[in-house]
Amino acid sequence: MMEEGADLSVTIAQIVHRLKGAHLHSQLEKQARECLHRPEIKLESLKEDVRSFLKASGWERKLQNAVYRELHILPPPGHPAAPPEHTKEPLVYMRKAQASWEKRILKSLNSMCTELGVPLARKRPVSEQKELTNKWNEMGTDEPDLSKFRPVYAPKDFLEVLISLKNPNYDCREGLTANSHWGLIQISLNVRDIPQMREAYPELSLTCSQLGIDDHAHIPPDLFESEHIRIGKKVVSEQDSAAAQQYSRQGCPTGFRAQLWALILNATNEPEDIMHYEQLKAAVIHHDLLVDNLIYKDVKLTASNDDYYFVFEDFLYQVLLCFSRDTAVLEHFSYNSATPPKSYIQGKTGAEEFTVVYPPNGVIPFHGFSMYVSPLCFLYNEPSRLYSVFREMYVRYFFRLHSISSSPSGIVSLCLQFERLLQNHLPQLFYHLQAIGAQPLRIAFKWMVRAFSGYLSTDQLLLLWDRILGYDSLEIVAVLAAAVFTFRAENLMEVTSLASAEAVLADLSTLKVMPLLQVFLFA
Amino acid sequence: TFFPSQQNSIGYTLTSLPPNSDSPDREGRSSVRYKCSMINSILDVLRQRPGWVEIKEDGEWDFNWCDVGWLRENFDHSYMEEHVRICHFRNHYELTRKNLMVKNLKRYRKTLDREVGRLEGAKCDFFPCTFELPSEYHLFVEEFKRSPGSIWIMKPVARSQGKGIFLFRKLKDIMEWKKVQRFSLNFEDQRDEAPVESYVAQRYIENPYLIGGRKFDLRVYVLVTSYLPLKAWLYRDGFARFSNTRFSLSSIDDQYVHLTNVAVQKTAPDYDPEKGCKWQMQQLRRYLTAKHGSEAVETLFKDIDNIFIRSLLSVQKVIINDKHCFELYGYDILLDQHLKPWLIEVNASPSLTASSQEDYEMKYRLLEDTLNVVDMEGRLTGKEKRVGGYDLMWNDGPVYREDVSLETLGTTYQIANTNLGCVNDRRKQLRQLLKPFPGHKRS
Repeated sequence: MMEEGADLSVTIAQIVHRLKGAHLHSQLEKQARECLHRPEIKLESLKEDVRSFLKASGWERKLQNAVYRELHILPPPGHPAAPPEHTKEPLVYMRKAQASWEKRILKSLNSMCTELGVPLARKRPVSEQKELTNKWNEMGTDEPDLSKFRPVYAPKDFLEVLISLKNPNYDCREGLTANSHWGLIQISLNVRDIPQMREAYPELSLTCSQLGIDDHAHIPPDLFESEHIRIGKKVVSEQDSAAAQQYSRQGCPTGFRAQLWALILNATNEPEDIMHYEQLKAAVIHHDLLVDNLIYKDVKLTASNDDYYFVFEDFLYQVLLCFSRDTAVLEHFSYNSATPPKSYIQGKTGAEEFTVVYPPNGVIPFHGFSMYVSPLCFLYNEPSRLYSVFREMYVRYFFRLHSISSSPSGIVSLCLQFERLLQNHLPQLFYHLQAIGAQPLRIAFKWMVRAFSGYLSTDQLLLLWDRILGYDSLEIVAVLAAAVFTFRAENLMEVTSLASAEAVLADLSTLKVMPLLQVFLFA
Repeated sequence: TFFPSQQNSIGYTLTSLPPNSDSPDREGRSSVRYKCSMINSILDVLRQRPGWVEIKEDGEWDFNWCDVGWLRENFDHSYMEEHVRICHFRNHYELTRKNLMVKNLKRYRKTLDREVGRLEGAKCDFFPCTFELPSEYHLFVEEFKRSPGSIWIMKPVARSQGKGIFLFRKLKDIMEWKKVQRFSLNFEDQRDEAPVESYVAQRYIENPYLIGGRKFDLRVYVLVTSYLPLKAWLYRDGFARFSNTRFSLSSIDDQYVHLTNVAVQKTAPDYDPEKGCKWQMQQLRRYLTAKHGSEAVETLFKDIDNIFIRSLLSVQKVIINDKHCFELYGYDILLDQHLKPWLIEVNASPSLTASSQEDYEMKYRLLEDTLNVVDMEGRLTGKEKRVGGYDLMWNDGPVYREDVSLETLGTTYQIANTNLGCVNDRRKQLRQLLKPFPGHKRS
């Protein structure tokens, strides 16, 4: 069809534009130039020969992976006349809500700054720089006085904002009827129900084998596991992003999950990536940012207290402090409904030309932010590699968990999807809980904002994140939340208060994620 | 005890049942009188075992969970009937005292070198170069001078929980210590005068495997029910104990960095009891697999099995075998950066005090299964290869999983019957394996 063809060429043009000037581009040119010396390259068939050389040496695959990566972050095609805000978020009321939420956060940050007399940014004296360089691998041993710092916001503050979201075109005052929505989210978005999820996630069905279920101790490995591992090895050796993504839907074997995820995300560890990381590290050494204290506080409060992640404390600082200073992250704001906070150089408030983005990456950490990184420490321990993977996961998925948008993977859709799934699947339970003042979302929200990090045991969490990557969507998080409620429904029916409901759902560390998902969707 | 009682046994109600007819030659007891000198998890396990009755003070007992002091004083004068069981071997210290363990291992290695060959002897290369002091002082000094700049660790042979241990790099660092030890005046003559305390000097492992910049060691549990023939079980659970501070060779005085015993860590200035410094073995195994792949990790665990078996074989002929005795050993293993496991020491009385709820539950399972293997109730046939979380590792010879599949048929490749750090689905297995307790019925 004509329209599709036009869309496709626009997409191609966009991707070519983005990749031109990227390091890969110059590498390909270099390879093409150098291969001219090779005997098999003939002048008569120059184009085809160079092409086959690039294919055989794996460079075409690298290009394919890079294109695949661009396709992932490419925003959906929009009307040519639409302003750039539309790419960030098409719905006006959501944009407005996000903007006012950002204002609040910034106000909170600025007031903390004024109250404590701490500057937003400060150059470190040379002695301090030296000290930090020496302590780089053990920043966790520092015990700075963080008592004055408060997290800028916690997930529950964000939840209140989401609950108050209203679509001005939609009157939802019907009250509690059999047809109405009983949950907290008052807007209506297109979220998938169970039959639609079944269609979209066929690899999770009961008839399909996967890791997390069919690699159980009692099942002989010949039935599935051995073959799956064999295929996995092949995928890794082929270095194919798309194949790795498809493969991940059935789970990644522990032994090469690290390589598979890096492949899916096209997170490379080339010299230029290492150099970029070193530059960020240098930036950390030179300047101290106010948000650094927020990061320290968050790590000390969350990851350091976790039985399994406490060991990785130092890595978390090494990643998050660098992350705050990485201006490359600003790119993702073109498709994120959020806008990076701007700050003014002292004395020049209001003058556009004196604004700087603060923090440099535009992302203000909140309470629990470090839990996005902790599970990755289990897979990667070279800081630059860990950093690449985390950054890519952030700009593809995690950012959606704390910005207000209509995206199907956005936190608003996930909340709505969770509530609808639960209400349709177990109406009696939902009704009971809302009647006793224990709205399910109030309990499930904190799980979803963190994509369950810190709530599930590590191996189960990694199996869940396999599927987030495999299906390129966070929907599975909403489904799991509903599945957890379903699993503990019997106990939940007995409770009479929010506190007791919280107690029933306090400990998820023994849950097996894949059977829960499978039973919820397919049984 | 610190933690609430754990309802961890399979539920039974009281009715009468015909006696266990599966193993007529094993005398099963429906009521077991036990003595226990500890007040930690073992006491909970014993108290909650159906049909077990505690005997206080003097009185006849069928089972004694004693400490090594009691054993030393009373074992030789006690008469024990056929069915009676006690939790230590008379001269366990051949394995658990650092100097004796090293002596036995060295002797065993020499025997292997001589009788089988150097390749076989090399399989005993899992303990660092060690010398007993003062008897081997000269040999130690020779070796010390051969590798200048390397770090050594001094350990008292008979103390536990990290007490009395220190590191040194120069001979002059131990001159003070020598004086304090009040060795015989003619120290250089190595006279037979017993020193106040015996020590071992051992090459310090300078490249330990680090996680998050921290050093850790492994605690693994091995149950021996007989030395002649040797019958040993390996428990699937265990844990990795982390040092609270980051590893660095620059401060060898900071014993908190280098010693990973929980007892030492607890006294460190930045110790936070809320902070767990242990990882379950399953978590560690998964982490290593994620980092190095399953083949490397399987090789590592095979090498760890090798440590248990060789160390037990080295004392097999020395330990006074007694059918009344069994012993639960706590092995301390250290990994280096090349994923090579090293034997640090073997404990005859591994700590049964729990540091957290998770730890309590693990020790509870361990002890419950230990009693299942000892089997006072006579419910086992004696042919089992697995009881709860225990896998039979050695039964007068290696024990294999016996997986007959198309790949192994016709080949000599056999998989060992050990599963350290693997899934411990013991409840299901016990339900299938064991008949109910005598006088009880499955509920």
